Amino acid sequence: MSGTLFLVQVLNGLQLGVLLFLIAAGLTLVFGVMDFINLAHGVQYMLGAYLAVAFYGIVGNFLAALVLALLAALGFGLLLEFLVFRHLYERDHLDQVIATFGIILFLNHAVRVIWGAAPLTLPVPEFFTGTVVLMDGQLYPVWRLVIIASGVVIAAGLYGLVSFTRIGMLVRAGATNARMVSALGVNIERLFMVVFGFGTMLAAFAGIMIAPIISVEPGMGDNILILAFVVIVIGGIGSIRGAFVAALLIGLVDTLGRSFSIDILRLIMGPSPARMVGPAIASMLIYVLMAIVLYIRPAGLFPTRGG
Amino acid sequence: MTGALLAAEGGVRALRPTRDVVLATLMFLVFALLPLFASLAAKQYLLDIGARMMVFAVAAVALDLLVGYAGLISFGHAAFVGLGAYAVGILSAHGIDDALISLPVAIAVSMLFAWLTGIVCLRTKGAYFIMITLAFGQMVYFIATSLAPYGGDNGLTVAARNTIAGWPLLKSDRAFYYFTLLCLLATYLFCRVLVVSRFGRVLRGTKENATRMATIGFDTRRFQLVAYVIAGGLGGFSGFLLANLTEFVSPAYMSWQQSGELIVMVILGGVGTLDGAIIGSAAYLIAEEWLSGFTENWKVIFGPILVLVVLFARGGLIGLASRLWRRSGHA
Repeated sequence: MSGTLFLVQVLNGLQLGVLLFLIAAGLTLVFGVMDFINLAHGVQYMLGAYLAVAFYGIVGNFLAALVLALLAALGFGLLLEFLVFRHLYERDHLDQVIATFGIILFLNHAVRVIWGAAPLTLPVPEFFTGTVVLMDGQLYPVWRLVIIASGVVIAAGLYGLVSFTRIGMLVRAGATNARMVSALGVNIERLFMVVFGFGTMLAAFAGIMIAPIISVEPGMGDNILILAFVVIVIGGIGSIRGAFVAALLIGLVDTLGRSFSIDILRLIMGPSPARMVGPAIASMLIYVLMAIVLYIRPAGLFPTRGG
Repeated sequence: MTGALLAAEGGVRALRPTRDVVLATLMFLVFALLPLFASLAAKQYLLDIGARMMVFAVAAVALDLLVGYAGLISFGHAAFVGLGAYAVGILSAHGIDDALISLPVAIAVSMLFAWLTGIVCLRTKGAYFIMITLAFGQMVYFIATSLAPYGGDNGLTVAARNTIAGWPLLKSDRAFYYFTLLCLLATYLFCRVLVVSRFGRVLRGTKENATRMATIGFDTRRFQLVAYVIAGGLGGFSGFLLANLTEFVSPAYMSWQQSGELIVMVILGGVGTLDGAIIGSAAYLIAEEWLSGFTENWKVIFGPILVLVVLFARGGLIGLASRLWRRSGHA
């Protein structure tokens, strides 16, 4: 377990954490403000990646593809909001879960119909294709650093937006007591739409940024959605700050756990049982972490007052 | 009293006791006669579909106990099914393939898992509960995929169907079908008795208003935990049947999509009725069979149907049927 390898894995963990934050931020805002549990948030991440691949095929430029894909994802998200989601805000969570599950089934298979089941790829933008040298000659791809940086910038921007602007104030007020905000004369439906559209774009952005280093395939949003749930449950539903802290925590614990569990277990048992138990324990880690956090603080690390 | 309580729950119309009995009798009669029809029409694949309907119905009835009566939306129910199935698979890999051992183990493992996770899950409410059960389900899924000695991602084949006390009673498909029917009937009757018992009334009362029940003096969380453990055990029961039906065990049994599909079955039939869970699992598998005849990606069609059911057909198939029944003058 050398120092450089550790550093590489920490960076990978941060990159996963940032990605989780981008997805969890939208999820937690939508839930906090609208009390709406949106399982279809993960497929919006997937859709972002697919749209980026599709637009890249047309325009051949990553930046242009990014902008076009974001706009298309936003448009599609708002269409979904108009057709389905807005009729569910007043319903109970069970209805919301089932309807958004239906949308997951639809979209996961719709992309299969349109783009086929085979994984697609998106090239890393040329300017960022290189690697940087970490200490003693270990190389690290620049694009992963770009993902981390863009995530941190967005997190900071989001924090500023929520803390210091009028719309941010309304969002915070909405998360605390949506009915009161509405009674004070704020057009709550429009606020919902803005928050929802924003969340959709964040998820799509995450999907576009990660597309160059993973394969774009149907169902890619499903597992990340559950990780995002773990993040917002640990962070406290509705809390951006909590989502950020919990996302980095989960990203690091999961990545480091998977990389080093076998090495650590070797200290207390033979190599062959360690190889057998290690992966199982590594995959349990974040859920055990979640269980412990919830056992001590059932409302998460940063509970919001409203819920 | 019971009728008023039921009617107040989520707009599902209470069925009169007599109609309840009629519906249940009809359902089980259809299941009992299906093999006869299958052999007359020379469509043996119906036997397999029927058995699968009943296996999932066992899990769905248990889930309805949680969702419909206790108000606990568990999104990790497939984990229990998977645990039960893996109990059969792993025991069989070590040469133990008698139901007298594997069935109790399957149920006990699922109940233990339900108890351990239930303690944590039930500290939370509402959406938190949904997300946490989802996460724990996913945990079991990932553990199963990392179990390299037992097939990992690929799952493992069960050498043969379980024997009962050494006798290969379940070997023929028809015998297994009727065994499954018996299991479903037992599950159904057990849950029926449970929901009208004092225990069931406390659960329903807690669903309506937890504070009120706590004020009366009930330890509501303990009742919910017991319900969660029972439902978990029945999930394991269903897993035992599933492993024996397919003679194969795979992590896919406990994927979160599978959990979602179980909830869909409960909703599709009509939540909080128990009959609905059985009708729902049958309807789901029929839809799968029928729609996949048009396209391999049949969920492209099924997904929007689901959205429409939620938006326009509350109460599921049973709710729809009882509305039609009333409209035709049988008020």
